[in-house]
Amino acid sequence: MTKETSLEDRFQHYVDAENKIEPKDWMPEKYRKTLIRQISQHGHSEVVGMLPEANWLTRAPSLRRKVALLAKVQDEAGHGLYLYSAAETLGADRMDMVKDLLSGKAKYSSIFNYPTPSWADMGAIGWLVDGAAIANQVMLCRTSYGPYARAMVKICKEESFHQRQGYEIMISLANGTPTQRKMAQDALNRWWWPSLMMFGPTDDLSPNSAQSMKWKIKRKSNDELRQEFIDKTVPQAEYLGLSIPDKDLKWNEETKHYEHGEIEWTEFYDVIKGNGKCNKQRLIARNKAHDNGEWIREAANAYAKKQSERKKHQAA
Amino acid sequence: MDTKLLEYTLRLGDNALILGQRLVEWCGHGPVLEQDIALSNIALDQLGQARMLLQYAAEQKGEGFTEDKLAFFRPEEEFKNALILELPNEDWGFTLARQFYFDTYNYFLYSELLKSSDENIKAIAQKAIKEISYHAQWSAEWIIRLGDGTEESHHRIQKSIDDLWEWTGELFTKDEIDLFAENDNIGPNLDVIKENWHEKVSQILEIATLKKPEAEWMQSGGKQGSHTEYLGFILAEMQSLPRMYPEANW
Ligand SMILES: [Fe+2]
Ligand SMILES: [Fe+2]
Repeated sequence: MTKETSLEDRFQHYVDAENKIEPKDWMPEKYRKTLIRQISQHGHSEVVGMLPEANWLTRAPSLRRKVALLAKVQDEAGHGLYLYSAAETLGADRMDMVKDLLSGKAKYSSIFNYPTPSWADMGAIGWLVDGAAIANQVMLCRTSYGPYARAMVKICKEESFHQRQGYEIMISLANGTPTQRKMAQDALNRWWWPSLMMFGPTDDLSPNSAQSMKWKIKRKSNDELRQEFIDKTVPQAEYLGLSIPDKDLKWNEETKHYEHGEIEWTEFYDVIKGNGKCNKQRLIARNKAHDNGEWIREAANAYAKKQSERKKHQAA
Repeated sequence: MDTKLLEYTLRLGDNALILGQRLVEWCGHGPVLEQDIALSNIALDQLGQARMLLQYAAEQKGEGFTEDKLAFFRPEEEFKNALILELPNEDWGFTLARQFYFDTYNYFLYSELLKSSDENIKAIAQKAIKEISYHAQWSAEWIIRLGDGTEESHHRIQKSIDDLWEWTGELFTKDEIDLFAENDNIGPNLDVIKENWHEKVSQILEIATLKKPEAEWMQSGGKQGSHTEYLGFILAEMQSLPRMYPEANW
């Protein structure tokens, strides 16, 4: 047995015993790389995810809703920061990660490439998209990498708040005028399937999952998480009096789970490939923010440098 | 109903609302995440203050009025915000220069409103003053950073400081509403605010190695309801949904 494999064995035992891996601990290179990729993608998703909702900040239909939506979108920026910091504990550099996002090299969650043409989308995103994110993130609160797990604990608290806020928008629309009801149903129709796809391909087609499960980065499979989400969400739609756009959806008395219809995976892969309605706009918006901000970042750095030199002079 | 007090309340509320509305345009598009968050915080504070003030104005107007009715169903000429706040954001430097001018004014104004004879305005000022002090400090620090940063930032922020100058005079020009507020001890003497403002602005610009503009012509009209071409578009966007479905609750 080589030394490397024995280190890996010890690592595996350590993880199996439910210990958390910390930045200074030895870890397999592939574990580190997998995590950097996953955490940075997650960070990018938070940041790009600001855009579809920021789209409604100037048009929110009441001041209370405007304030709540702004606070929510601002939270997502904070999530991005926590996650980039967690990735930095693994040796990744924030600027490099950002550059990979801007160049289109790094991925982010495809869900944010769908447009938000209606105010009801602010309800549906909070309810379904944050809801699906929570299912995933609650699991990640117990992920084997310590800084990631701790970032997730903070984030989860805010996400469940976002979900309630989104659901509350849905309640007022569903109980509102016929037009508002229609808006709510239309948003549910558009966001339901993309939300189910957020959990990723089915287990048989998810080749990297097994290793991630073994390392306890992931603790539940894509299909398990998807099922949890469906079981939780269907009664919520019923309470709203809205119908889930899946004619094959039915309760299975034996398994005590909902069965759902076939997911249109070709659409999922089309959006991943860059053909969603907003793929281009989202990256253009991020690039524009970055480029237009360059002189500000440079000025801040230049000023900080001058200040520390002045301090040195004073001290000398 | 005291129409002058209502007018005074609306001016304060509309300043907060229109600035908040402009600032939310930045959310998701700031130069770096930390500053995106910082500016969103200021927007949140402004909108929070707008809500308190418009609630108070609605209360004065009586039956059937709410903060949202005032925000979403008034036409342009009934908005009483200062013109500087409705100008487009332009670049980040322009937005910060406006913040600097306005936050400094707001800081001296609200420090005086803490002593207002009107209990409601006094209570709102007590809640807002901590936020406003922080805004004034934050924007002054950024003016210094940009002025004394790189050559590019120095020139760019100097230009914004110059371009915005003619929009600052309105903040200190007294009309009958300001005189009413001053005489009834509801609001301060704007001459004093003006003096404090000039002193502070001169001091910060000097540290920032920037020149204080000297042009004397000043724009006016916002607080009397006579606006630039920009406000109409702000309202068209902000009010679109409630006006399209006036019977709906959101
Ligand atoms: Fe988030
Ligand atoms: Fe969220």
